Amino acid sequence: MSLLSSTQRVAGKPRASTRPSRPPIGRAAAWIYVGVILAVTIFPFYWILRTALSSNDALSRDPQSLAPVGLTLNGFGRVLGLVHGNATGTLSALDSGDLLLYLRNSTLYASLMTVAVIFCSTTAAYAFSRLHWRGRNLIFSLFLVALMVPGIMSMLPNFVLIKDLGLLNTFPGLILPGALFSAFNIFFLRQFMLGLPSEIDEAARIDGAGPIRSLFSVTIPMTMGPITTLTILTFINTWNEYFWPLLVTNDKSTEPLTVGLASFQQNAPTVAPDWGGLMAATLVAALPMLLVFVIFGRRIVNSIGFTGIR
Amino acid sequence: MTLLKIPKGGAVSTLSPTRVPASGPKSRRRQSAHRGHATAAWLLIAPALIGFLVFAVYPTVRGTYFSFTTYHILSPAEWTGLANFRQMIHDPVFWHSLRATLYFVVLSVTIGILVSLLTAVILHRLTRSTVIRGLVILPFLISGVVAAVIWSWMLDPQLGIVNVAIKAVTGQRVEFLGSSALAIPSVAMISVWKSMGYNAVLIFAGLQTIPGEIYEAARLDGASEVRMFRHITVPLLRPILAMVVILTVISSIQVFDIVQVATKGGPANASNVLQMYIYDTAFSQYNFGYASAMSLALFAMLTAITFIQLRVSRANESDTN
Repeated sequence: MSLLSSTQRVAGKPRASTRPSRPPIGRAAAWIYVGVILAVTIFPFYWILRTALSSNDALSRDPQSLAPVGLTLNGFGRVLGLVHGNATGTLSALDSGDLLLYLRNSTLYASLMTVAVIFCSTTAAYAFSRLHWRGRNLIFSLFLVALMVPGIMSMLPNFVLIKDLGLLNTFPGLILPGALFSAFNIFFLRQFMLGLPSEIDEAARIDGAGPIRSLFSVTIPMTMGPITTLTILTFINTWNEYFWPLLVTNDKSTEPLTVGLASFQQNAPTVAPDWGGLMAATLVAALPMLLVFVIFGRRIVNSIGFTGIR
Repeated sequence: MTLLKIPKGGAVSTLSPTRVPASGPKSRRRQSAHRGHATAAWLLIAPALIGFLVFAVYPTVRGTYFSFTTYHILSPAEWTGLANFRQMIHDPVFWHSLRATLYFVVLSVTIGILVSLLTAVILHRLTRSTVIRGLVILPFLISGVVAAVIWSWMLDPQLGIVNVAIKAVTGQRVEFLGSSALAIPSVAMISVWKSMGYNAVLIFAGLQTIPGEIYEAARLDGASEVRMFRHITVPLLRPILAMVVILTVISSIQVFDIVQVATKGGPANASNVLQMYIYDTAFSQYNFGYASAMSLALFAMLTAITFIQLRVSRANESDTN
């Protein structure tokens, strides 16, 4: 990591000075390419908003208008449970206000999961990097093997286990299999903690702090950067998780947004689906992630380079 | 960024104590320094260790066991040996879904990697703007479900904006998700849209590690942009490209959410990818034994592919390191 940043600084300067020597046509074409990529990336997001603000009747009459057609907040009103039925009085699953429940479930699911797995990974990473004990390397290499095993291999038996424990449709059932152990988080934090100077442990020990106090008063504060990065990434990944919640939840008291939104989509009538309402629901489902992006975007972009795993 | 401040040499000093000989005054002082470490360590790794044993090791072993049984969840599993694997060999749907999965993987990996490589290289030459890189990764932040819902609206044969545009130009509509021929390519396109930016930023980070002097020297020798790309960028980028390819292959072999929401595996099994078929076998037919056997086969394939790719990329490493 430190290597990356230093070469990057060295690499940045001389290239900037040679820029004007490149043919301007190539640069223009390159900028056009970037423009097209950005347009393709961003347009669908705009299209959600445009459709969510349109009425279904106007959508079927005027599908090509780039601005909202038949401008209305009816879609949002319905998915948030404020309005019942659209202009023609037709009710759909979206009208129930269930989306707010899904939103609550996703928030609970992602927050609990993130707090638990980051805490457990931090303490484990500390034991693997700053403490000296027999069996350390053996257990760590066993943990690394888990990185290789694909999710599907453990998901069906985990479903059976959660079902046998009577935890289907509960938050513990949703969270438990992922909350305690994350090989990637442990690996990543350990790597960083190994780089902290050993003097800090000695200083803490001279001050009379045991290993556990030294973890909370010295190591965690010094590891705040990577912990924050992993917290953001874990929250995003959990918020977007679909397969596991689909297996263990089938009730709106625990279903997260991904499962709820998919069922809205799949239960929509094939003739004249409620696209306005569906897009309003999609926007509500994606909005928290867009907020995370606005607040932490720079951090996420910078972290992708060296985390390397989603 | 606080992350980048790593004190030099720290890693060496923390790693070495395990190799200190177990005699002499120095090691005794070391041991007293590490007093209480073992107890604390076991306490601190206990949650992770329990999670690892209960929710990773045990299910993997149990899943392997299930694959040799007939198991319909309500009655106990019954050992049937290789029956599931025999069934798999003679199951046309399994082979079909394997082909569909491979088709999806080939499309999304080749197109995805080419577009992200091109995007990363162009962005690297044009601008260091974090804002542009940020906008490019936007689709990575939303779930596959959301991506699939947006695109099934945009690709809708009647009202979808893509079809409206196509109709305006060619006078015809295209059934993207509803036709057997186009279902997999369309789903692969959605998957590329979702992951392209993330991969581009990953490759971009790799490009930043290549020293600018190399390009400088090549340019003085009169090398063209294309030549520099082929003879400097690609070889030096090989390790990170190998990683991006492996990650993309692994994640696209297990594709589920986009397919399940956009096509439900249809029309008529056309996009019934392996993970979709496993899910259906387990949760629509309640045939957990057979589903576990197919998971095991998928696991074996993933392991083989990862192994081969690691070998291939390592074989080429000599010219980079």
